[in-house]
Amino acid sequence: MELNKTVGKSISRLEGKLKVTGAAKYAAEYKVDDLLHGYVVSSPVTKGKITKIDTSRAMAIPGVIEVLSHENRPKLAWFDLQYMDMDAPPGTVFKPLYDENILYNGQPIALVVARDFETARYASAQIDFEFEEEIFQTCLEDNLDKARPAKKGFATALKPPPPPPTGEFETAFANAAVKVESEFQHGTEHHNPIELFATTTVYEGKGKLTIYDKTQGTINNQLFVANIFGLRYKNVRVLAPFVGGAFGSGLRPQYQLFLCVMAALHLKQNVRVVLDRKQMFSFSHRPPAIQKMRFASDMNGRLTALGHEVVAETSNFEDYTEPTASWSHRLYPAPNTLFKHKIVPLDVYTPMDMRAPGGSTALHAIECTMDELSYKLKIDPLELRLINYSDVDQASKKPYTSKALRECYLQAAEKFGWKDRNPEPRSMKRGNKLVGYGMATGIWDAYQFPARVQLMMNSDGLLVVNNATTDIGTGTLTVMTQIAADELGLSLENVDFRYGDSKKPFSMFQGGSAITSSTGVAIVVAARALRKKLLKKAAEMNSSPFKKAGDEDVFFESGNMHLKKDPAVMISLKDIIAFNKGIPIKTTNMGKPHMLKLRKYSLATHSASFVEVEVDQDVGTVTVTRAVTAVAAGKIINPKTARSQILGSMIWGVSKALHEETIMDAKLGKYMNANLGEYHIPVHADIGELDVIFADEKDELINELGTKGVGEIGLVGMPAAISNAIFHATGKRIYKLPIHFDELI
Amino acid sequence: MNNFGYKQAEDTREAISLIEHNETAKFVAGGTNLIDLWKYNIANPSQLIDINHLAELSEIKTLEHGGLRLGAGVKNADTAYHPVVEHQYPLLSKAILAGASAQIRNMASNGGNLLQRTRCYYFYDAEVPCNKRIPGSGCPAKDGYNRIHAILGTSEHCIAVFPSDMCVALAALDAVVNITGPTGNRSIAFADFHRLPDNRPDLDNNLKKDELITSIDLPEKGFAANYAYLKLRDRHSYAFALVSVATALELKGNTIEDVKIALGGVAHKPWRSTEAEEFLKGKAANAENFSIAADLILQGAKGFGYNEFKIKLAKKAIIRNGLMALNPESQLPGAQPSA
Ligand SMILES: Cc1cc2nc3c(=O)[nH]c(=O)nc-3n(C[C@H](O)[C@H](O)[C@H](O)COP(=O)(O)OP(=O)(O)OC[C@H]3O[C@@H](n4cnc5c(N)ncnc54)[C@H](O)[C@@H]3O)c2cc1C
Repeated sequence: MELNKTVGKSISRLEGKLKVTGAAKYAAEYKVDDLLHGYVVSSPVTKGKITKIDTSRAMAIPGVIEVLSHENRPKLAWFDLQYMDMDAPPGTVFKPLYDENILYNGQPIALVVARDFETARYASAQIDFEFEEEIFQTCLEDNLDKARPAKKGFATALKPPPPPPTGEFETAFANAAVKVESEFQHGTEHHNPIELFATTTVYEGKGKLTIYDKTQGTINNQLFVANIFGLRYKNVRVLAPFVGGAFGSGLRPQYQLFLCVMAALHLKQNVRVVLDRKQMFSFSHRPPAIQKMRFASDMNGRLTALGHEVVAETSNFEDYTEPTASWSHRLYPAPNTLFKHKIVPLDVYTPMDMRAPGGSTALHAIECTMDELSYKLKIDPLELRLINYSDVDQASKKPYTSKALRECYLQAAEKFGWKDRNPEPRSMKRGNKLVGYGMATGIWDAYQFPARVQLMMNSDGLLVVNNATTDIGTGTLTVMTQIAADELGLSLENVDFRYGDSKKPFSMFQGGSAITSSTGVAIVVAARALRKKLLKKAAEMNSSPFKKAGDEDVFFESGNMHLKKDPAVMISLKDIIAFNKGIPIKTTNMGKPHMLKLRKYSLATHSASFVEVEVDQDVGTVTVTRAVTAVAAGKIINPKTARSQILGSMIWGVSKALHEETIMDAKLGKYMNANLGEYHIPVHADIGELDVIFADEKDELINELGTKGVGEIGLVGMPAAISNAIFHATGKRIYKLPIHFDELI
Repeated sequence: MNNFGYKQAEDTREAISLIEHNETAKFVAGGTNLIDLWKYNIANPSQLIDINHLAELSEIKTLEHGGLRLGAGVKNADTAYHPVVEHQYPLLSKAILAGASAQIRNMASNGGNLLQRTRCYYFYDAEVPCNKRIPGSGCPAKDGYNRIHAILGTSEHCIAVFPSDMCVALAALDAVVNITGPTGNRSIAFADFHRLPDNRPDLDNNLKKDELITSIDLPEKGFAANYAYLKLRDRHSYAFALVSVATALELKGNTIEDVKIALGGVAHKPWRSTEAEEFLKGKAANAENFSIAADLILQGAKGFGYNEFKIKLAKKAIIRNGLMALNPESQLPGAQPSA
């Protein structure tokens, strides 16, 4: 019976061919008749007021239809609440073209609409603005005196403030046998998916809109648009079947959506707005952060005190926070803890979740501090982790539903060859290169959101699966097809997963590595109901052998339903639908986390990363020559797409450790390298051999599928593993990311 | 980006007459730099004169008295992979291939490479002051984020770097730039082609507005036995040099008979020091002597905060590259330091 199962098999992504042949359409690529093009004008000023706008030169250019600014925009919802989206942090949501105030550099201050893109862009430079500039603050280090705890609100549920202190941290730390104290600095990073943010709005008339948008949440953006523009939910349809990466930047509606819809409604025409690469640096980003670490242990390496205090940037209008401070306690037991997370409001746009938000920043500091501690203790870094291993999440005092981190450590160490490491810094060499081995732990939440799925069995034997989720390139289409196929005993070709559409049953935005567990579980729940209905219908047939069969007495395979006790007795699903007069049999069901049961547990994925670096002994150039990451993330639905997720996130780790930084010039209050030539991410030459291991982790508690999500866990351990390897190679601890090679000379 | 006229020039004469009569016209070759500048509102030509089809610019040929002529219109990639260049001028080939990406090198022309503008962040942002863009407006780079900026030959008006890799090799090889213009033809020694910023940072080089580069001549001596190009940057490919070094040696045994060392990423032009090269002549090719030469090359080097590291890095790079030139095969691909 297991023979034809697809779950657990490596299956190439089903939309791969569409993508590599260019047939897959993205938000800015839909051919729409009579389309107008909008170009966003960005503020050159960081803070102040627009005192005058003269659009006469722009309006005189043939082909220019309208220039919208705060002076002439249509009237809009004015309650902050109506601008809220599902991911809005506490505060006042930024409202584009709301009034004359400028809150940050690059803020959209006008939209030029013209018959073609080039005219709109040209005209955007022909508008005369006058500004009254005000003094601004954009530098975290210079404004630490403004640090304060974040306000609480809607989004606090997913990002709770750090837990209160336990034990007597200060005394314990002061009197500890062995301790490490250090400060880590992380700079700003921008998501930079290759697909630019874009929206194509089709004006259908009668208050109806069809919107092709770049987003991670079709329903989130549908509600946002309907609320602000006073439209009925059912009249707003948001579509995003293909998303060219997003990494968190699409969790909130971005301003091009707002401007595009506003222009379409105002002009009663179809409008497209595409941001340019520079404008991709004018909204969300990973916030810069300063982390003060104080870890202590006894002489045997048992941790006695964990102190982790974070100060991070936010905007002057919303209190964005990342889950940072308490991760160490979720990994390691310690009787005395002190965790703090404060924010500093600056004249920038609100930061936003970026792949493994909080976790990747925090784990870098935590795991580098553990490495430093291991050197003070003269205990092998891996050994130190094992000494402090715990199956119970010490922050909540709850056991994990499953935790195969030990297996991750041991399997990755074995594969990597950790035992060959001479712990002495600068002791391993290869020609002109200093060789370093480093390791680190990763941990990430295993989320599940409620989701609804409709299943529909058709007369031709095709199972249609409907859900509003997107596929941001992770392989969602493929894994959902696999899950549904297995549940109904169908081949992949007989399943059609339809998604990326707000008209479909509910899905939260695609973030936090949650969608496989969310939509996937809903499919399992709906499949159960559909099987029941199919059985019931089959039992209605004349002299049906299924008359007395209960749910447990049948199984589904190769498009047929069989009796378990006599598999030769069967009926094809097509015949059941034919008996139903060809009318599809369908069901819509909700999948949700088993809150009551899961309240007693902690839910997380884990990983262990081992990295080798080579550092040139004269000029300091660093190469990550190889890395092994072992991941424990419950059941792996598709090892191939899952491996791609881990590889991609390991490369993000290399990027975070060695390359990525958005440079803020605090005197000018703006980012100076807002393009992909100067904002460095790794190229092929930067990536060595990468190896992925999935540790066997059976989790029968977490959900119906036993899945935990793999989008982010591959990243969290990497930056620290690389930093630790660099220390091992050179004897230098660099506390600031990215590490510049010249610091190693 | 403004509206503009476009014309394909039939021959160099037409190209010159078109540009002579239009103050705001521009030649376009590969367009890899010009179009970027245009999109950022830094260049705003009213007329494009396409020189891609000019036969006079499109050849690589050996010169009668020895040496090689590189047409200004020949693509960077075609130049780097040309058999004579690979064989006789491998330093040039290596330097070109260390630049940009394969796609960009396929488009970029030799003439355009000489005329590419600085990558200074502040120059590239039309909304902020920059003496190179708007003379007299100021230089925020001096006390801004200047990791990529110059340490040699700077002026109070400008600390921008000339970013080319190809030109570092051309400087080391003592190339000559051939030019045509309304008043006829002329040639400029490579060392005199690019300028230091002084009080006219708006001028990158000594080419006049209405002149066209037709070709670049390489002298016969190509230093094919002992050479190395080292490029140090923030990622292993597709990034501009923070420091690069082209070293060309002529050896007798281990004694240096002739030597050229040019630095990229440190100044407003490829940087050479006659004093250092004179010092090395007749000396043993070893780390000690390269170190003394490095100090001579870096005399007067001055950092501006974030780029302070370049002084130390350049010294290390000069020494290492000198040693790599003794054994060119030791170098790893991508102009990286040897294994
Ligand atoms: C992302 C990126 C990364 C890069 N990285 C590197 C790097 O690492 N190293 C490196 O060296 N370079 C690098 N480059 C720069 C690249 O080498 C140059 O853009 C290219 O050489 C310019 O040549 P082009 O033919 O495209 O010039 P164009 O853009 O066509 O022209 C540039 C200028 O030269 C003028 N011009 C062109 N030909 C002539 C002529 N014959 N006579 C007179 N005027 C002329 C034009 O009017 C224009 O002002 C990079 C470029 C980009 C975009």
